Amino acid sequence: MTAGRVRLMITIGIVGVLEAMCRLGAIDRFAMPPPSEIMWNLGRILVSGQMWPAIAKTFANVAAAGAAAIVAGVALGTLIHRWAALRETLDPAFAAYYAIPIYAFYPLFIVVFGMGDLPQVLIGFMLALVAVIMNTLNGLDRVPRVLLKTARIQRLGRVSTALKVSLPFAAPYVFTGIKLAVAYSFIGVIGAELIMSRTGLGYEIGYAYNNFDNAVMYPLIVLVLTVAASVNAVFYVWEKKLLARRRK
Amino acid sequence: MSKRRRAVNAALLIGGLVVVWQVVSWLVPWLTGANALASPAETLRFTYGLLASPSFYPHAGETARAFAIALIFAVSLGVSIGTALGASRFAGEVGEPILVGIYSIPKITLYPIVLLAFGIGMPAKVAFGAMHGIVPIAIFTMGALRNLNPVFLKTARVQRMSRWQIASRVLFPASVPEVFTGFRIGFSLTLIGTLLGEMFASQRGLGYLLMQAIGLHNIRMITAVTFILVCVAVTASAVLWAVDRRLHRRIPAEG
Repeated sequence: MTAGRVRLMITIGIVGVLEAMCRLGAIDRFAMPPPSEIMWNLGRILVSGQMWPAIAKTFANVAAAGAAAIVAGVALGTLIHRWAALRETLDPAFAAYYAIPIYAFYPLFIVVFGMGDLPQVLIGFMLALVAVIMNTLNGLDRVPRVLLKTARIQRLGRVSTALKVSLPFAAPYVFTGIKLAVAYSFIGVIGAELIMSRTGLGYEIGYAYNNFDNAVMYPLIVLVLTVAASVNAVFYVWEKKLLARRRK
Repeated sequence: MSKRRRAVNAALLIGGLVVVWQVVSWLVPWLTGANALASPAETLRFTYGLLASPSFYPHAGETARAFAIALIFAVSLGVSIGTALGASRFAGEVGEPILVGIYSIPKITLYPIVLLAFGIGMPAKVAFGAMHGIVPIAIFTMGALRNLNPVFLKTARVQRMSRWQIASRVLFPASVPEVFTGFRIGFSLTLIGTLLGEMFASQRGLGYLLMQAIGLHNIRMITAVTFILVCVAVTASAVLWAVDRRLHRRIPAEG
């Protein structure tokens, strides 16, 4: 039996046990509706269209935060890699970065930028940025000298060396950073929406929770988790392929 | 890198951050007309006052207690899961994508479910903190066991060591550095998870203090609590990082 099939069976098993526990009353209806009912309600919500504005807004913000972090992270990583003294100073900061509760800065962003989309995008961006920088640095560290020497012999400038030689070589490592950036953008944006916002899926989940509206809350949570997990799975497979090609 | 060089770098970094902080705290009122960030001097003064007031310590103690319990759960469950999945190649193949998937989902969306399951208070905070820390610890423990240098095991077998001896004298010491890296990352995430839990699901603790200050728009309180949290988190992570590097230097990686 393949690993994938075992995984599928485990998933089906867990969902089945939850369903049975809910139906038999082992789990209180107020705590959690049965999975089949959650999926039914999710379908109903998606068809009714009432949540589409919130869904579109959240995913647009996640995409904006992720894309900005990837572009800025690769650019900053390439710059910092060139400048050894700066890197030596910043390395400990990068190592400590993910110990900082970034959400603590959210109220500051709200005061400065207002209650619009920008504070949430900024939180997602800040969470994602450093992962991209760190992985870009890691990839650039591994570029063989011989490639750089060849680039010099071919009289490539600094920018074209970075674009045509170093970054393509570092691609699989940068890719790890991109994958993390996507995950962190989700976490940042939706977390910020939960803490304080007026729209978006995080807000809707919080609103439904405050109103004991499990018929909306659980389907939306399942929606967020499914989308985040699917995006991540696509990147996971893609990354494995990239790495496998490199090994040949 | 020499010790002195490292101290200079740290001083440069801290100095740079303070300068940026000062400039931002000047710029924000000037640009937006709103007072959104206390200056470094103001924050230090307020933090000193906060640390001197007895009403602060029940909150700090509550957070410390919740974090400690969450960390115990995260480490014991994470190491057990990681060991179970790292012990056999097939279990690892089945489990790794699941762990990576759980690692990447925004766990913060699950907080309403945690609240429904545990109610408001200590258990919910602990669950939320542990939830964040378990997966990285499990992933690194699994990786440590799977990527073990095969020469170690072969040598152990040649020496006719018993199973128990292999586990305690070979597997355990050889996997400690990687497991510690997992612990370092899990430590940070558990702290963040515990604080998030307090922000949503609590009437006490530093996370609650922060959330309350946000509600009351108490800028100095927000900045001071953030400052304290950042100081504690960065110090802890610097210490763990130093230990981590020392452990990794002692045992060379696969090769």
